[in-house]
Amino acid sequence: MSKDRSMVLQKEMIGDHFDRLERAPETGQKVVYTFVPGNLTELIRSFDALPLLPEINALQSGMRQKSRGYIAEAEKLGHSEDVCTYVKCDIGMAKTGNIGPTGTRLPKPDLLLLSYTGCYTFMKWFELLREEYACPMVFLHVPYQGDGEITPEQREYMVRQLRDTVIPALEQVTGNKYNEEKFRAAIARSHRMEDDLVSVLHSAKKRPSPVDAYFGGVYYIGPIFSSFRGTAEGEAYYRALREEVEERAALGWGPETPSGRLDNQKYRLVVEGPPNWTSFNDFWKMFSDEGAVVVASSYTKVGGTYDLGFRHNPDDPLGTMADYCGGCYTNRNLPGRIDMLVDYVREYAADGFLINSVKSCNSFSAGQLLILREVEKRTGIPGGFVESDLVDPRYFSAANIKNRLESYFQMLDARRSPGAPGELHAK
Amino acid sequence: MKRIDIVAEARALYEDLDLQSVKRWMAGAPGRKAVGYLPVYAPKEIIHATGMLPVGVHGGGDQLEIIRGDAYYQSYICHLPRSVVELGLSGRLDCLSGMLFPSTCDVIRNLSGVWQVLKSGMYVRYLDLPQGQDLDAMVAFWASDLKILHQDLARVAGVEVDAEALRASLALYNAVRETVRALYAARRDTPERVPSEELYLLSRAGEVLPPESFMALAEAYLECVRREDVPARDNSRVVVIGAFCEQPPLGLIKTLERAGCYIVDDDFVLGNRMINHPVSLDGDPWMALSDALVRDAMKSSIFYEADPTGKKRLVKERAAAARADGVIFAAASFCDPALLDRPMLRAGADAAHVPSISFKYSENSGQFQQFREQAGTFSDAIKLWGGR
Repeated sequence: MSKDRSMVLQKEMIGDHFDRLERAPETGQKVVYTFVPGNLTELIRSFDALPLLPEINALQSGMRQKSRGYIAEAEKLGHSEDVCTYVKCDIGMAKTGNIGPTGTRLPKPDLLLLSYTGCYTFMKWFELLREEYACPMVFLHVPYQGDGEITPEQREYMVRQLRDTVIPALEQVTGNKYNEEKFRAAIARSHRMEDDLVSVLHSAKKRPSPVDAYFGGVYYIGPIFSSFRGTAEGEAYYRALREEVEERAALGWGPETPSGRLDNQKYRLVVEGPPNWTSFNDFWKMFSDEGAVVVASSYTKVGGTYDLGFRHNPDDPLGTMADYCGGCYTNRNLPGRIDMLVDYVREYAADGFLINSVKSCNSFSAGQLLILREVEKRTGIPGGFVESDLVDPRYFSAANIKNRLESYFQMLDARRSPGAPGELHAK
Repeated sequence: MKRIDIVAEARALYEDLDLQSVKRWMAGAPGRKAVGYLPVYAPKEIIHATGMLPVGVHGGGDQLEIIRGDAYYQSYICHLPRSVVELGLSGRLDCLSGMLFPSTCDVIRNLSGVWQVLKSGMYVRYLDLPQGQDLDAMVAFWASDLKILHQDLARVAGVEVDAEALRASLALYNAVRETVRALYAARRDTPERVPSEELYLLSRAGEVLPPESFMALAEAYLECVRREDVPARDNSRVVVIGAFCEQPPLGLIKTLERAGCYIVDDDFVLGNRMINHPVSLDGDPWMALSDALVRDAMKSSIFYEADPTGKKRLVKERAAAARADGVIFAAASFCDPALLDRPMLRAGADAAHVPSISFKYSENSGQFQQFREQAGTFSDAIKLWGGR
């Protein structure tokens, strides 16, 4: 597959980051393990510490065909076949030398920063890693949007924990004092990165869409969801990405896909759920071969719902972190998720709505069948449903998924034919 | 009251999926209402303080045929939510004026959203139980959430928020927990006199009965236990860990004991004794209830363990407290809290030389032969080679 300039740039950034991580034991830079949803990257980096995200390692291991062995290793050690494969992939990697996805050795954590945002498994994951690494752990409890909002009391609760628990833990581990000016400057950079990312995501409203907001989208969110939010490299990346996408849009080009550049876009889809990583390109090709482009997705909002208007605010550094954590996609209740997906279908003029339900992730998967019905009911467009897993290749049945997708696209075609019942476009 | 009658009454309540007993209670006086809650822990005191009946919703067990519930959940999600949806869609829970969904796991959390959509007229609330290490912040947060819950439920009940009524409910549920502990202590000390099947049925009765009725039933049962002498069998003593949310079928509990294992401690219906000591009746009652949960809750997989050695020590401590020979890790299939915890707990058991076995079940498991063989072999092994 032909690579965009931004993809190459991102690969270099990630490579550099993993090199710094590998050298951390010599350079003395402290390493903080944390998670994507609710990550506090600007805060971590303001202490000159390096973030390391086990989910990213797991998904990269999946893409590089290493996860099968890691999962087998963890299951051999007694981890259940029923639980999250990200966790098992990470544990298996740790138990077999902790060689990261880019081939460099990963350092042990100096601190486990557990931001409990939208996923119960995170808590258990870090309890397990604490057993492995015998290092300190700090917990930020992010209340869930059970009633569809974060209340002032919940916000204050998060701010209090950040101020009284998380910052002192970072001070203790790094030996550096909290530097609010440095933190604010990073947040201001994040704000600008978020503007550029949203511009890229919104470009999918064009026809043809110059981006694929799911398969391509996972590349676009990579830096901002992981270690680069608030950094100068991150800001440069998003500026370059935005320019690249604007250029493509001006030329009337579609995104680069495994089937080549997708200018002729037959189906515009909204997709809910994480992708499969072990067969990522094969999965994407099943869409692009059929001329299907994803114009909006929920997965690209797990690390922040910037397209709904949220921006980090340097004038209120701790409050804005609380707002950010509370607003991540999986921290939203099901009615909120349904509203968001229905809005996507309408705003992006989608022809179809598809769920990729992954076995590993109850945070996403529990309730998806209801989401499917509700989105169908409220938009009038047909929904599709496929099942796979994050990084366990045993749960990716290519023939089965391809069959389902082909049937789904045929159904969309049938609804396009004159006199067909129902309407194709969103109401 | 004879033991056989007490157990029969508790069994009838356990089998009462249509909540007829709740409806009878509601019909006992005008304006009575009831509010349901999912496992594991919900602050029943708040519901009770508004004059409503707290009703535990523990799924359909092996008594319910799932017709519609399966259409809402994929095969890799535990069984409990599909049976709860089945109960809801079949109208069996229509007598409830509200439903509370505690933060047990992502499935129950998301089930709160499913309920918000399916039962849009009903009061539905997700309970974000406090987690973490900043205990003061957690107490303040949970107390403020309890107050909001209290205001909401008072509105549902059509009453005013009343701190004195809450204090009275705190006192009453202190007594309920005392009673539950007395039942558990009786089984621990004389398991031959308190079959786990009977204890479990009583626990489940406590989930639907008004607290006073439950305590009367349990006291009557304890009186029988004290009166009746039963010869002890040469069974092994085990703690069953991990079955705190989706409940095992009754047949499985019976099977374990018939296979030669006296269950001397367990996680079944854990919410009924989650708080270890009496909640203080002084000062702000919401703060008191919150403080009790934050500082004095039983260790459980649903809560964050702040102590790095806590998981490792837990099994040893529980086995010692129950004078158990071994541990059975029994988790519902696809239960994240139990199954993710299991390697840590099992490592603790191994380090403390506490023998253990593990298996998975579903609330509607119908075949028990494999459990009988596994538990029987485990019990024999303990007797042959020794336990803890």
